[in-house]
Amino acid sequence: MQRDVIMAGFGGQGILLIGKMLAYAGMHEGMEVSWLPSYGPEMRGGTANCTVVISDKPVGSPVIRSPRAVVAMNLPSLEKFEPDIREGGLLLINSSLINRGAERDDLTVVEIPANEVASELGNPRGANMVALGAYLGATDAVPIDSVIEVIRETFAAKPAVIDVNIEALRKGYELGAAARQPEPVSA
Amino acid sequence: MAKKLMKGSEAIGEAAVQAGCKLFFGYPITPQNEIPEYMSMRLPQIGGAFVQAESEVAASNMIYGAAGAGERVMTSSSSPGVSLMSEAISYLAGSELPVVIVNIVRAGPGLGGILPSQGDYFQATKASGHGDFRVLVLAPWSIQEAADLVQDAFDLADYYRNPVMILGDGLIGQMMEPVEFFEGRVPTKELEPKTWATTGCDGSRPTNVVNSLFLDPEELEQHNIHLKAKYDRMVADEVRFAGYGTDEDYDVLIVAYGTVARVCSTAMEELREEGIKVALIRPVSLYPFPYRAIREAAMKAGSVLVVELSTGQMIEDVQLALARSRPVHFHNRLGGMLVSPDEVVAKVKAMLGGQSEEVHHG
Repeated sequence: MQRDVIMAGFGGQGILLIGKMLAYAGMHEGMEVSWLPSYGPEMRGGTANCTVVISDKPVGSPVIRSPRAVVAMNLPSLEKFEPDIREGGLLLINSSLINRGAERDDLTVVEIPANEVASELGNPRGANMVALGAYLGATDAVPIDSVIEVIRETFAAKPAVIDVNIEALRKGYELGAAARQPEPVSA
Repeated sequence: MAKKLMKGSEAIGEAAVQAGCKLFFGYPITPQNEIPEYMSMRLPQIGGAFVQAESEVAASNMIYGAAGAGERVMTSSSSPGVSLMSEAISYLAGSELPVVIVNIVRAGPGLGGILPSQGDYFQATKASGHGDFRVLVLAPWSIQEAADLVQDAFDLADYYRNPVMILGDGLIGQMMEPVEFFEGRVPTKELEPKTWATTGCDGSRPTNVVNSLFLDPEELEQHNIHLKAKYDRMVADEVRFAGYGTDEDYDVLIVAYGTVARVCSTAMEELREEGIKVALIRPVSLYPFPYRAIREAAMKAGSVLVVELSTGQMIEDVQLALARSRPVHFHNRLGGMLVSPDEVVAKVKAMLGGQSEEVHHG
């Protein structure tokens, strides 16, 4: 079983960080993982993306041309990656910064106002955590408790931000889980 | 030690430290800047030294000096920087100095671009500099393997008194994967004390000289013969490769190295799910090249596919191995573009469907 996701947004939105946290959590669960950032001649404020693969077997290609899921935090990311998503895959749209829905009708689409949700929680910089939570809620790629543990490790030097980030992650998880397509009932 | 999620560049740096490397000389170039960055942080912690040289030319001569003094030393760079080091690499080989050189290859020629490529295969395996010499070249396909091979590289460099090159690409440099370092690691070779090193002499032993200048042709010929015997020992003892599905029956054998082989392994799985019989062989040592292993694996296949991020470099060694006994096909991407599993799947299907042309050299 393999999970893969491309997370994309503006530089500075914390995209690479949530990708790393997801990879860490997968590793803590005993899974094989890879985290691959986009790198190139990007300018400040340009786009940033990373590909995370979580698998129960050694990861083959760390480069995913047709991902099973995309987390789009801004419009350029949605435009760039929506066409690539595997049929039936997941598209998570940050509707705070993207004022259109999906163009494809063969995807599971989850729209989350990540920036508004984070601001309402008094943590405007936590939109990335809301998005990560929503991805987990929609997929259960790794258990949320495992990511919470990674948050505690990541921010060990800044304990003041641990609880607000966990709160943002949990809120995102609820929204993602609510939007999840019901599992088909087998006959 | 527990598994840690590490960037390839950091894992390469830490592996060097674990192998006893205390000295690093280098000059920045994308996409491998995280290696010198890591070493600049790490080496002072262990009483070592990091120097950012004024150029790659200087850095490569600094490793010459440190290796001559008997220390474990490393440099890293990317393609254009390695070209600047090629004079020193020849001197290192001529003077029989053990060093580890990491090349995180970027697309060329010239300054090219900063994205992954395998365009330095010829340079690494056949012509790292002028003169008649060889560098032992190891190509990892994962971060764990990069960490393991860097540690082995220090042992092999000391054992053969020869430069060893780690040939990676931008993916190896930038990607993060779990890495484990094993405490109490046993060196891959039994190593003699470096009695040849220029460590300072108080008259208690004959003076050691580290030099690649032999003006007497008879003496130089003997030196060349001595070096050749060393390269022959590498060919006999240091060939490394990995086969995937090569114990089973297959129609097509894929040959690829480094991260490209990872992409091919995914393609192989997809093809097998469709009932198409494919196997993969991956050279880990590029010099010495696993000619025999590839020949033996290819004899079980109807045809062979070579996949590279170059216009066709390793394919020449594959064709040398096969001596026209099997049709060889080729798929590549260039300029920093990557091969996708879908492309490899389509190419194998085209080969089996008769819609792919063989490639001939010579």
